[in-house]
Amino acid sequence: MSLQSPVSSDHQLARLLQIGIVLEEVVEARAAKHAAESEELDDELRAFLTEAAAESATHRKRLEALVERLDAETIPFDEIKTLVEQQYEAEQDFDGVLYDQLCNEETAYKFYDDLIAAIERSDATFSVDREELLAALEALREEEAQGVEEVTTLMERRE
Amino acid sequence: MNTANQYLKAIYLVQEMENGPASTGAVAELLDVSPASANEMIGKLEGDGLCQHEKYKGVDLTAEGISRARDALQNYCIIERFLFEVLAVEEFRAEARQLEPVIDETVAERLDTIIDREPQCPDCFDPETDVCALLAFELDAEQADL
Repeated sequence: MSLQSPVSSDHQLARLLQIGIVLEEVVEARAAKHAAESEELDDELRAFLTEAAAESATHRKRLEALVERLDAETIPFDEIKTLVEQQYEAEQDFDGVLYDQLCNEETAYKFYDDLIAAIERSDATFSVDREELLAALEALREEEAQGVEEVTTLMERRE
Repeated sequence: MNTANQYLKAIYLVQEMENGPASTGAVAELLDVSPASANEMIGKLEGDGLCQHEKYKGVDLTAEGISRARDALQNYCIIERFLFEVLAVEEFRAEARQLEPVIDETVAERLDTIIDREPQCPDCFDPETDVCALLAFELDAEQADL
């Protein structure tokens, strides 16, 4: 147990970015599964989930590109997808699907927010330029915030 | 996880090990901080009604303190198991300790959806070895197979 900064080396930063990759993979796999399998969904919701899955895939690739520059291994998406499918039964009704999507977006937002704060508190030097790293994470956080807003709007419209 | 929750978890674990009130020295040692820092934070936690501190006796968590400490411990178990099961990190204990402050409970809940955690968690956590006893058992079994 330690109260030291969690982001004081390339290795620790890579590990945290890997956790971000897994979170994005979870969103991607769930949204894609809902879009493909939930019978109750209308076209608007199906299109929304498909877009959310695509956005998470983009986020994952952006994080992978950062990790690659830190020279650390990532976990293949297929393995995570299998884990998600093994552990998770898809919701069928759209309330459950939207609520799950909202939790996913909020979790990702919180993760990026905490990671940005931890990097800002740390005085470590990384292989990736600090400003560039923070800008990339801030962009991801902003997109997650927009995602939360979109789901909330969709939920309110359907009440 | 914020610093207050890390302290609550440390006090809880020391109380488990000492089977009574936790000495501030042992809490400070577990967190790798100075006794003065530990005393200061314990004073704040006491002010928030999360523990009671009696000089020369030690710290006792209140019911609310225990509840928060157990949530924090559960988050820590999720991080350890996630690192071990999903990212196949060999040094999962050390890395969980480093990552703990930046993994919030909402994030831990999401990570929890892709790991196999037993319902008795966090009671299976062994404070002496700083790892879930069930996870330690799985690790031993895995090493025996090699």
